[in-house]
Amino acid sequence: MPRKGILVDRPYERLTREQVELIHQASMQILTNPGLISFNREAVDILHSHGAEVETITGDHQSWQVKIPEKLVLKALDSAPKTVKLGARNPDNALIMHGDEPRVYLITGSETNIWLDVDFPTYVNKTDHSKEIRVPEFKPRRGTVDDLCKSAHVCEHLETVDGYIRTVNIQDRDITEENKDVNKFFASLNNNTKHFMSGLTSLKQLNNVVRMAELIAGGKKELEDNPIISFITCLVKSPLQFVEDTTDTFIEVCRRGLPVAVSSSPQAGTTAPIKESGIMAQINAEVLAGITLGQLVKPGTPVLYGSVPVRARMDTLGDSYGSVETSQYNIDCVQMARFYSLPNYSTSGVCDSKIPGQQSSIERLFSDIVVAMSGPQYLHCAFGLLDCNSVFCLLQAVLDDAHFKLLEFFLRQPRIDQPELEAMLKQIREVVATPQKLYISYIRPLLRSGEISGLYPFEGNGETDDVFEIAYEQMKELLAKPVEHIDQETSARIFEEIPGILPRLNIYESRS
Amino acid sequence: MAEDIISLIKENVIQGRMTKDDEGIDEEIVGQPGVAELVEKALTSGLSIKDIITKGLSGGMNIVGQKFEAGEYFIPDMLASAQAVGAAMEILEPYLAESGVNVKGKVIVATVKDDLHDIGKNIVSVLLRGAGYTVKDLGNNVSTQAIVDAVKEEKPQFLGLSALLTSTMAGMAEVIQMLEQNGIRDQVKIIVGGAPVSAEFAKSIGADGYGEDGFQAVAVVEALASSTEN
Repeated sequence: MPRKGILVDRPYERLTREQVELIHQASMQILTNPGLISFNREAVDILHSHGAEVETITGDHQSWQVKIPEKLVLKALDSAPKTVKLGARNPDNALIMHGDEPRVYLITGSETNIWLDVDFPTYVNKTDHSKEIRVPEFKPRRGTVDDLCKSAHVCEHLETVDGYIRTVNIQDRDITEENKDVNKFFASLNNNTKHFMSGLTSLKQLNNVVRMAELIAGGKKELEDNPIISFITCLVKSPLQFVEDTTDTFIEVCRRGLPVAVSSSPQAGTTAPIKESGIMAQINAEVLAGITLGQLVKPGTPVLYGSVPVRARMDTLGDSYGSVETSQYNIDCVQMARFYSLPNYSTSGVCDSKIPGQQSSIERLFSDIVVAMSGPQYLHCAFGLLDCNSVFCLLQAVLDDAHFKLLEFFLRQPRIDQPELEAMLKQIREVVATPQKLYISYIRPLLRSGEISGLYPFEGNGETDDVFEIAYEQMKELLAKPVEHIDQETSARIFEEIPGILPRLNIYESRS
Repeated sequence: MAEDIISLIKENVIQGRMTKDDEGIDEEIVGQPGVAELVEKALTSGLSIKDIITKGLSGGMNIVGQKFEAGEYFIPDMLASAQAVGAAMEILEPYLAESGVNVKGKVIVATVKDDLHDIGKNIVSVLLRGAGYTVKDLGNNVSTQAIVDAVKEEKPQFLGLSALLTSTMAGMAEVIQMLEQNGIRDQVKIIVGGAPVSAEFAKSIGADGYGEDGFQAVAVVEALASSTEN
């Protein structure tokens, strides 16, 4: 049985059908004029061999103008699977995504450089020394492999997390460009039994990480049936450019038939028009260009329509994920993906705030609620992420899990039907006839059925705000809970066959 | 056999099942006798009233209280158990005098005049009954005179007054003043409660106690009862 996710009964939509079609048509026009600039030769050859018009661009970097005709795009949309399965080490954690079904899976990620530690020093009142308060103090530092293991471990136990994208970039002294991929894959997979999606640092490591996944899944065929890993590639750089190295990676992933998210992240105001219609036409064209290339490499490659649009901050021209427009763009993209019946990789919960607190809660909750209501299938909702995805805080991830439990409950379908109403009429008549006129006794059958939403789990005693301290205690409890590691025999084979994995990650060796 | 019935009474108090039709915490027990049916059965079997109350009803309520403290039970669970015990006490009432069981006091409760809110007062009634008190509930929007008359007639050990509105809480002070004017203030312990009421307010009007919620109201009554005994 796959994970249930959240089935959004009537998804929120901003665009009319006519507006969706207008964006589609505009994207088709963009793909032929101006088309895309490709810095990747192989992509050019593939597209050209299927009828795309290609012109060499003169300049310092070798590049080509590629004009992709509509029929190629439509053919690709036809061959791209409308249902994508993302497997998992624990088969019960598999995700089944139908492009036309707004079932939302909540996913962590993405990679940050900074890990935010939390401490609670005590402060004493200057005038009344008997008065003390504990205040959270956040200390940033570079992320490590050990942090990644911790993050994967806690996310295994966070109930609302459906899938895992690594949350922290591993920057230990013994991590190099060559061994980073195998270590990030192993650290994540060994501490988490949910689906694992990742980008690739070095294409040279693709075979090693795929082999690792085959060993864990039980073989090549088993990995095809239960793809426990998938990839995300930002092959298109906005505006409208195929990047050389990530396009190489994308092509190779497609050749192996593994699921891949084709992602584009234009910034409205700088790398895309700031107006909604403009950024939408462009991002849609960029994603469709990637999907078209992937389907030409290997028709039937499972792809996710990946959208990470964002608006620029007007004070710095950096990303403003907390801006309202960012959520609008994301919701529009969900609709576009649904228009093509493709599963959508969407984004919410990314905040501008640098530390957990009121700003981070407001920014992330706003986008989490509205984007989730639009029904994307694979919602990268930035568990624990701060400062525009550059900082990860495990405490924030624990807080996010609680918020998503509320959201999950909110998005339940209403149960209003004739038998239910008849039962309620009976109840009302019974209670009104009693002297006390209280419905309380009818609560009990529902109390433990999950039909009544829980209180905010980090509520203090009402006199002080203890949210962080209570969440911190829960975080420690989750870290103390065991996780199901890769079994000893498979682990031994992985260390034997896959070069570069740090010996300290071998839990069986370090225990003996 | 006798122990079985007492154990079942205790277990059904814990389950919060007054009658056989009630659902409990555990599944598939609907249809099995609840506390009311079991107490009737205990009486016809000639079991000791004292055992029914102390081992069955109070024994069950003690465990319910522990579960509530531990966060395992919620207020609806407590109320269901208290209602079951209240129903049992009504069945047992005719036998209490000759049973040798220490009977807990009588409590009159009322929401004061011009105030129609009675959820809190009703919950307090249920909990007091569950704790073994005899409760006479006068209802809501009860005139000061009617409350004083009831105290004269029923001679309760305790009077519980409730108000939800800042505009009606003054009615509590009026009741106390009229009881004083009638020379019967000292015959009854008065506790007050309700959203706008506070311990300070209770003290200022000369009440004997203040209950912040239903559970505290019961605790305050118990404390006043033991201080009276001492």
